[in-house]
Amino acid sequence: MKVIYNGGPDVKGFKDAFSVLIPEMLEADPNLIYLDADLMSCLGTAKYARTHTDRCINVGIAEADMIGIAAGLAAAGFNPICHSFGPFASRRCFDQVFMSAAYAKNDMTIIGTDPGVTAAMNGGTHMPFEDVALYRAIPGATVIDAADTAQLADIFPKLVKRPGVKYIRTNRKANDLVYAEGSEFELGKGVVLREGKDVTIVAAGYLVGKALGAAEKLAEKGIEATVIDMFTIKPIDEALLTECAKKTGCVVTAENHNRFGGLFSAVSEALSLNCPVPVGYVAVEDEFGEVGPVDYLAERFGLTIDHIVQVAEATIAKK
Amino acid sequence: MNAKDKRDLQIFAAEIRIALLEELKARGFGHIGGSLSICDVLAVLYGKVMNYKVEDPKWPDRDKLVVSKGHAGPAVYATLALKGFFPMEELKTLNRPGTNLPSHCDKNKTVGIDCTTGSLGQGTSQAVGMALGDKLKGRKNRVFLIVGDGESDEGQVWEAAMFTAGKNVDNLVWIVDDNKRQLDGYTKDIMPQFDMRAKFEAFGFDAVRVPGNDVEALYEALTKPANGKPIAVIMDNVKGSGVKAVEETEANHSMNVGADKWDSFIAEVQAELDALKKEGI
Repeated sequence: MKVIYNGGPDVKGFKDAFSVLIPEMLEADPNLIYLDADLMSCLGTAKYARTHTDRCINVGIAEADMIGIAAGLAAAGFNPICHSFGPFASRRCFDQVFMSAAYAKNDMTIIGTDPGVTAAMNGGTHMPFEDVALYRAIPGATVIDAADTAQLADIFPKLVKRPGVKYIRTNRKANDLVYAEGSEFELGKGVVLREGKDVTIVAAGYLVGKALGAAEKLAEKGIEATVIDMFTIKPIDEALLTECAKKTGCVVTAENHNRFGGLFSAVSEALSLNCPVPVGYVAVEDEFGEVGPVDYLAERFGLTIDHIVQVAEATIAKK
Repeated sequence: MNAKDKRDLQIFAAEIRIALLEELKARGFGHIGGSLSICDVLAVLYGKVMNYKVEDPKWPDRDKLVVSKGHAGPAVYATLALKGFFPMEELKTLNRPGTNLPSHCDKNKTVGIDCTTGSLGQGTSQAVGMALGDKLKGRKNRVFLIVGDGESDEGQVWEAAMFTAGKNVDNLVWIVDDNKRQLDGYTKDIMPQFDMRAKFEAFGFDAVRVPGNDVEALYEALTKPANGKPIAVIMDNVKGSGVKAVEETEANHSMNVGADKWDSFIAEVQAELDALKKEGI
């Protein structure tokens, strides 16, 4: 794993990454099957799907049906990958994921694109600040918030091979660049991106780059921050959290999600049992989304470098 | 179908009803109405239509059954036990702590159950996926799906129906148990379904309507080869069918009655079974 964060955007967007990754994986594994609910064009897979209709199933605008069909395909011996936008890949088909997939032990991977503020111009109706909370509540589910495309390229094939119901939320465009191509990760293990003694910042997805930016700003003020990319939100890396909380004495979480049920909740739950320390959060207050450019929305909901710095300082003061 | 085959299926249906009633009697209550109304089609499916191996219940090439109206599980368990998938004695564990026979069908708990159902509507899409998966794997089997008329209030049912015909998943046979009632009352009062056959035809199926207790008509409908379209069989049915007192009980979705009542229900079906057997001598 190599960190090449420079404050700039990733070399490519997640859509571009998926457009190559999914066809490659389908070619390599005859048991893989990809389903979409009329959003193949939005994931960059439509061209491949047109000529591979036995491997790429477009169910139409019917997410509940998609999950049920994927469950049946799993029962018949396939390993399904399903995609829709985050809100429709979570709350729209939640009972189907719960019963037809998880409860019935029909394993599958579900991609929810454009989580939180990255839904941008599609607005509040399409802006899931609750998808992580929903999937975390499913027994045994794996929940991933990917930081960049180099990470995606390594973890997505591993995730697809993992048993159970797996949910991965990713932007379709580029997040901040964090990792060098070829970086390797282990599912369920957080990644220490930077080490410091004063505070641990635990971030996921869109906020990982922002957390590194905040650590740089904090360093200018003489505050040394540890930064963790907690891309696996469930099961969360309790051992790493405990170790870092012990070393730094306080923790700040940063996520593109409602403060209820997401990374802040997961980290607080783990630390309250293992190492109770002050925990601050950068997350969406209990609000619905709205329309606008990502930068505007990030400011509007406080998902910024400056806000992480501010919360870090306030949390350190509670030690 | 010759007279003997027909009588054998009628006998099997009566045996399923008796095993079902004994199973429910052991617990004192349960989903009786919608279980009784599928006993005839279960007899036809497991007695003469479906290709399966009792000794190898997970045989990938078997015909599969999805009972999307999962609360009719007790009728399926009775059928499976009679066919030897598990001991008859196990039927008495229905809904007991730690049982393999939960109120709703669970493929991970019960030997011979092909699909987990219970949240209504969800068996439809799963059955479509199972049939599509079998087809893509090159298997020659069929998947039979039983959906309730009340269950068809669920939008997912029609999403799955659209996919079945739209993608010509013709190894799926869609059976509607049109028993006219749902939990709160008559389907026509709660949420009318209008003409089910016409709806399935409009959705692109080759649809037929048959009496739900006519084993011969069911057999003919369920074995008809698909001709460019998936088949839908609408069973004109009565909730609680085969036990007059249950048919006549308005709220018969789930009944909680004393042992004497269960015995009287069983006696009625036993008399029918005895008559059928006598006829066969």
